[in-house]
Amino acid sequence: MIKTIAELNAVKEQAAEVVKTRVDCVDNGIKDVLICGGTGCDSSGSKKIVECLKEEIAKAGLQDKVNVITTGCFGLCARGPIMIVYPEGSFYAHASVDRIPEIVEEHLKNGNPVKKYLYEETVDGDTIKSLNETAFYAKQNRVALRNCGVIDPENINEYIARDGYQALYKVLTSMSQDDVVNCILDSGLRGRGGAGFPTGRKWQLAKDLVKDADQKYVCCNADEGDPGAFMDRSVLEGDPHALIEAMAIAGYTIGANQGYVYVRAEYPIAVRRLQKAIDQAEEQGLLGDNIFGTDFSFRLGLRLGAGAFVCGEETALMTSIEGNRGEPRPRPPFPAVKGLFDKPTVLNNVETYANIPQIILNGAAWHAAMGTEKSKGTKVFAVGGKINNTGLVEVPMGTTLRTVIEEIGGGIPNGKKFKAAQTGGPSGGCIPPEHMDIEIDYDNLIAIGSMMGSGGLIVMDEDNCMVDIAKFFLEFTVDESCGKCTPCRIGTKRMYEMLEKITQGKATMEDLDKLEKLCYYIKDNALCGLGQTAPNPVLSTLRYFKDEYIAHVQDKTCPAGVCKDLLKVTIIADKCKGCSLCSKKCPVGAISGEIKSPFVIDQDKCIKCGVCIDTCKFKAIVKA
Amino acid sequence: MVNIKINGIDCQAPKGSTILEACRLAGIRIPTLCYLKDINAIGACRICVVEVKGARSLVAACVYPINEGMEVFTNTPKVVESRRTTLELLLSNHKRECLSCVRSGNCELQALANEYGVDETYFEGEKTPSDIDDSAAHMIRDNSKCISCRRCAAACAKTQGIGVIGANERGFATEITCAFDMGLADTACVSCGQCITACPVGALTEKDDTQKVLDAIADPDKYVVVQAAPAVRASLGEAFGYPVGTNVEGKMIAALRRLGFDKVFDTNFSADLTIMEEANEFLGRVQNNGVLPMITSCSPGWIRYCENYFPEFIPNLSSCKSPQQMFGAVTKTYFAEKNGIDPKKIVSVSVMPCTAKKFELGRDDQAAAGVPDVDISITTRELARMIKQAGIMFNNLPDEKCDSPLGTGTGAAVIFGATGGVMEAALRTAVWTLEGKKDGTPIEFKDVRGVEGIKEATYNVAGMEVKVAVASGLANAKALLKKVKAGEANYHFIEIMGCPGGCVNGGGQIIQPAEVRNFTDIRADRAKVLYSIDEANTLRFSHDNPDVQALYKEFLGEPNSHKAHEILHTSYKAQKLSK
Repeated sequence: MIKTIAELNAVKEQAAEVVKTRVDCVDNGIKDVLICGGTGCDSSGSKKIVECLKEEIAKAGLQDKVNVITTGCFGLCARGPIMIVYPEGSFYAHASVDRIPEIVEEHLKNGNPVKKYLYEETVDGDTIKSLNETAFYAKQNRVALRNCGVIDPENINEYIARDGYQALYKVLTSMSQDDVVNCILDSGLRGRGGAGFPTGRKWQLAKDLVKDADQKYVCCNADEGDPGAFMDRSVLEGDPHALIEAMAIAGYTIGANQGYVYVRAEYPIAVRRLQKAIDQAEEQGLLGDNIFGTDFSFRLGLRLGAGAFVCGEETALMTSIEGNRGEPRPRPPFPAVKGLFDKPTVLNNVETYANIPQIILNGAAWHAAMGTEKSKGTKVFAVGGKINNTGLVEVPMGTTLRTVIEEIGGGIPNGKKFKAAQTGGPSGGCIPPEHMDIEIDYDNLIAIGSMMGSGGLIVMDEDNCMVDIAKFFLEFTVDESCGKCTPCRIGTKRMYEMLEKITQGKATMEDLDKLEKLCYYIKDNALCGLGQTAPNPVLSTLRYFKDEYIAHVQDKTCPAGVCKDLLKVTIIADKCKGCSLCSKKCPVGAISGEIKSPFVIDQDKCIKCGVCIDTCKFKAIVKA
Repeated sequence: MVNIKINGIDCQAPKGSTILEACRLAGIRIPTLCYLKDINAIGACRICVVEVKGARSLVAACVYPINEGMEVFTNTPKVVESRRTTLELLLSNHKRECLSCVRSGNCELQALANEYGVDETYFEGEKTPSDIDDSAAHMIRDNSKCISCRRCAAACAKTQGIGVIGANERGFATEITCAFDMGLADTACVSCGQCITACPVGALTEKDDTQKVLDAIADPDKYVVVQAAPAVRASLGEAFGYPVGTNVEGKMIAALRRLGFDKVFDTNFSADLTIMEEANEFLGRVQNNGVLPMITSCSPGWIRYCENYFPEFIPNLSSCKSPQQMFGAVTKTYFAEKNGIDPKKIVSVSVMPCTAKKFELGRDDQAAAGVPDVDISITTRELARMIKQAGIMFNNLPDEKCDSPLGTGTGAAVIFGATGGVMEAALRTAVWTLEGKKDGTPIEFKDVRGVEGIKEATYNVAGMEVKVAVASGLANAKALLKKVKAGEANYHFIEIMGCPGGCVNGGGQIIQPAEVRNFTDIRADRAKVLYSIDEANTLRFSHDNPDVQALYKEFLGEPNSHKAHEILHTSYKAQKLSK
């Protein structure tokens, strides 16, 4: 049990010894091998690698010299499973079981990193760069993710070694509730879940608006639902105690003794680690009654969501925790007045909370020094799509899109041209090349018709059809609408049908106007934020890529060659040698002809899958 | 009071008002669809949107509270265009069968579509797939007309404390159905029909039994007898343009006669009979240490609820059949015998403010003459349709009186239709009996009147403190019974009616649109009709009903006699909550 600062520091000192190899790169003859145990690397087999590694280390008799630690996400998921060896920080990409014996023998035993398995960017002739020197990491500033890929998330002591629970101690013993509010207000921290509401203000309202509440709650939104977004999952998997500490701080600040983390059941690793972390914190007395011997008591419970996107909306989330169908309710009343079980409630998302202990320890000014005028601190992005370094990236607010995509993200594969970046998930919009140099922050993104959202960033190249992209997001929204309000329930469905008509070449220019009008109607009329922002993918593509829409409508063509109904796959007779390969590969038997004379595609049968195009050695088949 | 500006004009409204209420005070009507006062305030349909200065988007007037200095605009082009689009979207997913729909002319969606001049085909596209649920005895759900306003689900869950219907699936596929695709008949539905009267459109309707009635009337071998419940006369006129709260008793009788029934009788007769049996049952329980509190059994929705959710209270239920069933039983025994008619040839029809009556007539132990006591039960709405279809000019009808002998009722009987009425009628006879049948016996027991959900009173009757309680609406019944069960409250006699306000607000009454229900209390207005009939009646004690007296003298003997038990009493059994 940790009841005093002396006890906390004792644990810290002891644990600091354990982590110094990887944290401070101290060479004391011990090697730390870190394997990513995040969901991405886990599903590409990191668990087996850990087992194999332990076996091989035992075989080599290195048990006392090498520690194997399963961590949370390192971020560079495209290169997973990731394995890092400290103190040198050698970065093994795409680790696999069959490479382990060699790495153990050569590197762990003999001290020579196996260059051929290292991430290519870290190898430059004889010099080997550490992880932090790669382009992917060099421009990052990891605050929310500071412990991800560093500590063993299932060991509370390692969190304590990294100043864990010091912020809670500071708050409970030397700060008033107002002090905390002011600190968070001054830090400029805004909600990382999407809307960017000032976190300090939110806490202040929950603290002040209802004076005589018999009960208040602190909730965490860990129902990360944007397609492709996984920063909250990474924090939960890699640094769960940061969330626990922050929620306890929030509880103290607003006067709540109970918190709930609403986490999606599709995050089994996160759920398991978070529960383990809660159990450990309770064992240590860092959750429970009279924390650090003060009057403050705080408990935390997990509530699993069943995967409805709408449950990421705050009132729907609370309705779901209450045991009802997860649907938004009208506001006002706002959660700060009437939230969970009708009691004043603060709800923040995981990433927001992950910043809190650091702000408390380093001070508001430290945080406010990062970022832009109105958006302070850092933001984690889940970068995906047509980009080399798919993964998690944490950069200061105000970093340009170009830096994220070209430098950190390593640019677009196959030399293709950048066409757009989609931010904000289904509520966001598409940013065209002319805005590549925009400094990413809440307000700039809104100004160009997109939004920060939870931080999904999907990169698109010239092969993406923007109408198709809009349709993709709309399909998601239609599917995930809760069905409560008319504009979202029926309106988004009608929008989707119009987009379908456009991609089928059946729409008229009047339909385009109708679509745009419907977008604005839904924005103005939907009940909750999800409905109100559902038209954004359409509106932003209409704004920046109207030509593409017009091409679909007027010319009945899809310039990117994506919309199947508008495509025709044809064989150029002059180029066809009559080899019959395409005809053999065609899955629907649409190609016929005589050997050595040009073949022909039966357009009625063709499903435009493109297999023939890939098959043809003479480039005689085209899609247009 | 809070100062606000509505369309640029200074107004005041009480603190805590919604924009909708404040506008109403200022003489501005804002359309609603999903909002139903005290029942459903979820801001879902978005038809009531208005502009508020400084707000990011349009706001739903039905749920948005006013605050000092607020500036509201109810009629801007943006607002009107938004409402129109909402209607167009709703209509694009609505089975537009408006020509023949039973709610045509009384449909809130139709009225608004007309008012806003919408193009019903502006949006084309797929419709939410749905099946018709006609499994229940009393109603049909056709979700192809449903607009997902959820008023039915809220009425079921909130007003009635039951909640057997709710939203399933999500997004465009969202449908109001029972859990796990069960039919309504397989759930704990009590058939109260509050969902039907909450429905703004034609998605929920009673099962129409009018053709059965017409066929019976047209069959020369059948002797068709009709009874009309007290509450019907307090609502039927609404279907013919009369304001809520108009007594159309005389015209109702005249219309029934013109429809061709062989005898037009009155459920008031059997209401008086119920009092004779029930008051005596009550006195018997008090005097012989029987199970108390005794709880009334007139409301079949309540009976089913008790069997479903509170089976431990079954011994407390009065064994009396409901007035509808007593009437049928007497018709097919006493009346048949007296007039030499074969009970098998009698078709016993009831007109009821209630949909649960359609279910009740098929219950076990409801066949005194070996044939069902009641054959067909139609609602007030179905009667209105029959009258219109028959070309009877209702408003021009003379006031007529019921046939004899089952057409007589006292004032005590007619108030059965309002919450507290059965209690009051029973108290009149009980007090009169216990206090020695003297003049000056109290007639009116006003503590048990009124629309409050739960009412309590204590009366000193012949030196004994009699504690009574009255609940209407099953959520209120639930609250009351929980208190009784927990020992927090003790009563001798409890009246429970399944529908809030009692039968006047039954699930079979004429449907008043939300716009009326949100701003007037139709329960109180209709109840007034019954209390004024009571007051005007020279007979105000059930035991004074001469025809009831004759029935006992000629046929039954004494109240609670063996014969009376065989004919007028029934039994109950605990039910499973779902099949």
